[in-house]
Amino acid sequence: MHIPGNEPRAGCRVPKQLARIGWILGALAGSQAAAFAATDGAVILSNGVGSAPACAACHGQAGEGQPDAGFPRLAGLSPRYIEHQLQSFADDTRKNDIMKPIASALTEADRKAVAEYLGGLAPPKAAASDTPDPKEIELGAQIAANGLWAKGAPGCNQCHGPQGQGVGDAFPRLAGQSAAYLVSQIEAWNAGTRTNDPLSLMNGLAHKLSEADIHAVAAYYASLDPTANVPTSNNAATGAGK
Amino acid sequence: MSGTPDMKPWFAGIVFAGIAVLVGYSLPHMPLSGGASSPAAQVATPTLPVQKPAAKAQFSPPAESAIPDNEFGKMVKLGQNIFEHTSQYAKGYVGNDLRCSNCHLDKGRLPGSAPLWAAYVAYPAYRAKNGHVNSFQERLQGCFRYSMNGKAPDLDSETLIALESYAYFLATGLPTGDTKVAGRGYSKLKTPESFDLDNGAKVFAANCAVCHGPDGQGQRSADGTVVFPPLWGARSFNWGAGMASVDNAAAFIKANMPFSRGNTLSDKDAWDVAAFMDSRERPQDPRFKGSVEETRQKYHGNAKLSYYGAKVGDTVLGEASPPSGTVN
Repeated sequence: MHIPGNEPRAGCRVPKQLARIGWILGALAGSQAAAFAATDGAVILSNGVGSAPACAACHGQAGEGQPDAGFPRLAGLSPRYIEHQLQSFADDTRKNDIMKPIASALTEADRKAVAEYLGGLAPPKAAASDTPDPKEIELGAQIAANGLWAKGAPGCNQCHGPQGQGVGDAFPRLAGQSAAYLVSQIEAWNAGTRTNDPLSLMNGLAHKLSEADIHAVAAYYASLDPTANVPTSNNAATGAGK
Repeated sequence: MSGTPDMKPWFAGIVFAGIAVLVGYSLPHMPLSGGASSPAAQVATPTLPVQKPAAKAQFSPPAESAIPDNEFGKMVKLGQNIFEHTSQYAKGYVGNDLRCSNCHLDKGRLPGSAPLWAAYVAYPAYRAKNGHVNSFQERLQGCFRYSMNGKAPDLDSETLIALESYAYFLATGLPTGDTKVAGRGYSKLKTPESFDLDNGAKVFAANCAVCHGPDGQGQRSADGTVVFPPLWGARSFNWGAGMASVDNAAAFIKANMPFSRGNTLSDKDAWDVAAFMDSRERPQDPRFKGSVEETRQKYHGNAKLSYYGAKVGDTVLGEASPPSGTVN
């Protein structure tokens, strides 16, 4: 599995990737004409702004993503989390050739507006063609819940919440996320091309997971419903002790 | 519970085999390499390099999949559920937002995080905390009374029998009375002369707040589950809990925090941030009878390691504590 903007890996299906890049470049060019200064999140999502193309071209009309192509679901993520990612694309703490120029073209107000808008959306899960092995999903569920303590790795859910529903602004929702995207991010942490995680938590954990662990966890989270337990207020972390 | 093979036994096997190979390899070579390569060895009496006694092979509790499918196994599983989802499975005994596995990581299995298997084989034992010999169940009652700021379940209640069964299961194969087993309790650090609360606040903001919140009150997921526990305040452990003692907190933090990145803080930062956490207000010591000073004298003798009764800022800690033993 591979993600546009990341380095192609040995053995990847190169022709398909080239075709996809061509398609993205087309989308970038086409949407430039329609874009004007806008801080309306809905407008940025569907039309783009300035030289930034419409997010919807790759991430879907309601931010539902394209699981097979590895374009992540953005709907329902914490707005602060999305803003942080856009900032990271621009400052190269999250290296991505496609997102860097787009994020750089967005003003702070644009980023905030589109992040707020995306955070409030809850479309159904986008269809994926992968049919993962139920045994792989089961292994992923085990790792997500119980961790791999022999390697010093807590369960993913211990930070990302039960069923990967996400916690606050720093621990994004994983439920219903594209499996290809999740795999690509663990690989990016491993490769050092993504370094924008708090306290290098994910960088440390990525090194503790085997290839099989990574695919199992990704398959498990991709199998879950992304619309379950959507936060009623996506604005701030809720203190447990309050 | 699942068809997934548990990886711990073979991993432990590999570690053990690795240690065996290292020891086997290094023993015959050590004097040779010292004598051949070091000029000092020619004048000084050749000595074996000072070695720490070989670390005992780490005890490994049985896999979850080894819980038997019978009445006893059901009790073990209940104990495990209580341990992991304490407020749900021990309803009526929990007065805060914590769960056993917050401080006893990996469901009470992790060495160096006060594992349940090491505690199990150490009881009955005399405890200075209450001045008599405690059964394991009585020790568990203390957890509910202090760490969970709740109410102690009765001796031989299902809650305590379940927890005892779970601990007994985890300790399978470990000799009773082995109070020196590797991984028991928390690995204590050398106590410094003093603590720096300002540095502790900085360490907290930089390393802890992302999970526990800038105000230490933890974070919940959207379904209401407490994912990151509150570290002080009305919904955390009370003044009588072991974690309210700075040495315990520092040892736990050093080895296990930030979560998944244990042993990355310096000893000083671990002590200072532990002192910072333990110098915030929290629920009253349940042994409090009306006088903070008296309670301090009687139960918080080591003034250095407990901030109970100490003046921090404008307040004397304990004077405005939320109540102890509040059960949901």
